[in-house]
Amino acid sequence: MTAAYAPTAGLPMRSWQAAARVNAGGVYIIWYRDVLRYWRDRARLVSSLGQPLLFLIVFGSGLTASLGAGLTKELGDVSYVRFLFPGIVAMAVLFTAVFSAISIVWDREFGFLREVLVAPISRAAVVLGKALGGSTVAMFQGAILLILAPILGVSLDPLLVLKLLGLMFLTALALTSMGILIAARLQSMEAFQMIMNFLIMPMFFLSGAFFPLRGLPAWMSVITRFDPVAYGVDPMRRLLLGADLAPGIRIASHHLGTVEDGLLLATFAFVMMVLAVWAFEAQE
Amino acid sequence: MSSIEVIDLVKSFGPLTAVDKISFEVEDGEVFGFLGPNGAGKTTTINVLCTLMRPTAGRARVAGYDVTSQRNAVRQSIGLVFQDPSLDDQLTAYENLQFHAHVYDVPGRERAQRIEEVLRVVELWDRRDAVVRTFSGGMKRRLEIARGILHHPRVLFLDEPTLGLDPQTREHVWEYILEVQQAHHITIFMTTHYMDEAEHCGRIAIIDQGRIVALDTPDALKRMVGVDIVTVQTEDSEWAAREIRERYGLEPQRDDTRLRLEVEAGAEFIPRLVRDLGVAVRSVDLHRPTLDDVFLKLTGRAIREGEADPLAVMRLHGRLWRGGRR
Repeated sequence: MTAAYAPTAGLPMRSWQAAARVNAGGVYIIWYRDVLRYWRDRARLVSSLGQPLLFLIVFGSGLTASLGAGLTKELGDVSYVRFLFPGIVAMAVLFTAVFSAISIVWDREFGFLREVLVAPISRAAVVLGKALGGSTVAMFQGAILLILAPILGVSLDPLLVLKLLGLMFLTALALTSMGILIAARLQSMEAFQMIMNFLIMPMFFLSGAFFPLRGLPAWMSVITRFDPVAYGVDPMRRLLLGADLAPGIRIASHHLGTVEDGLLLATFAFVMMVLAVWAFEAQE
Repeated sequence: MSSIEVIDLVKSFGPLTAVDKISFEVEDGEVFGFLGPNGAGKTTTINVLCTLMRPTAGRARVAGYDVTSQRNAVRQSIGLVFQDPSLDDQLTAYENLQFHAHVYDVPGRERAQRIEEVLRVVELWDRRDAVVRTFSGGMKRRLEIARGILHHPRVLFLDEPTLGLDPQTREHVWEYILEVQQAHHITIFMTTHYMDEAEHCGRIAIIDQGRIVALDTPDALKRMVGVDIVTVQTEDSEWAAREIRERYGLEPQRDDTRLRLEVEAGAEFIPRLVRDLGVAVRSVDLHRPTLDDVFLKLTGRAIREGEADPLAVMRLHGRLWRGGRR
């Protein structure tokens, strides 16, 4: 029963292979913890679907009723509820991703963060594990909403679903990484409320989830270009509803394609992760 | 060989010097105690030794590794039980240990066996699949001790390991700690402000305002005080103190309304004292010297047991106010 008690330390410095193995183990278990907690907390899983549904049904139906004619002019034969659908998927991804990342603040408050930070793994492994965990969870949350597609008259096929999952994952990765960077510096949940009001909500509203990003006032048009969520909404809408409604975000007269959107999201995620690692290291 | 080697360690936060040029060594397999009031620099020292903070000046080696230049090697060699719980209370006991096993690179084929072993040591094996949220404070602390030794560290740091636990649970937690220490020959570095707990240590450093004011075995420290301690409370401390000084040539120490005297044979001294004093005596107490007395003698101040530092109180309030998690 008793395992030989061999102190792990006292050995020469670990080789880089050994270091890589520990860090891989760290990334894996930090990812696993997030997925496990998501899975265990099914109440949250169900309740967090309520908000997107509310938006889709109430907002969608309400606006259609009052602005019907104007919407037809803008959207053609696509109903507003269908137009809204990709935006609502992005919304589920956005909020789940940010909340996952912000759980770091809870971990700090309740002490678990210290268990992570004092472990012999690099800060990069911590950030990567957390980013992958939050993204997986957020992707799931978005994917669940795809169940509604047939009801809304949007047809899906396996390849399309795969592409959508990829986009959801990249959108989630970008937003989780951004959330981690914020959480690394955030000391209280009160401050988080500020972040929600002044960063996350505007990101959601300016993403093109509610209205096409066309013919906007110039200042607003400029801001939307800096909204990472927009680069998730647009390609998802293109895949689900066709290029007429989502011709691609225009940058210097070039319309971004789906692959370019994905690359942009991945780059944004990478930069955020690097900054987050730096932010954690700066705290010592 | 020494497990911990600290030379002229300084840690300041802006103008505040929390640890002021301390030096000490801890031998392999020793139980070493850091004793002092809140704010004396105990936790700061631990944070530096376990690489959570970088020292301002001076050097420290843990398990043979430098705490600034060989941080990962230090981290791999130490186990930690923090003052506040650091468990994920939404996971089960087993899952918490699984997490730990992964981030400390416990080999895959040994994981299950080691987790079972440490859970049995702290008698939590039967509760392994219970979510930690349902655990009592004592159970959480035991689980943290199990976690602290899971990766077979050479040095186990315990920062106030029994803070906030009831006396019976404290006793129990100590049994586990000493059992683990003896079975595995681990070096233990602990901080406490409970005097009775410090007596579990082989050697004790008494720390006050960032400096070590004494370092020795509990017995030797007690011998510094030496004799019996008589505490007397009278109607008029002022008067009594003067009279004691004049009559017996003793220097009484004031502690609130009480006077503390160090005398050779306390039991015989008390009747004389009560008879001779010109003021009414309210109470008399006689005890063998404790570390409390040592601390009082060295610093002129008593360590108040159970007195929480302002930060801990704030945290507690926050927790109560929010009514638990999420």
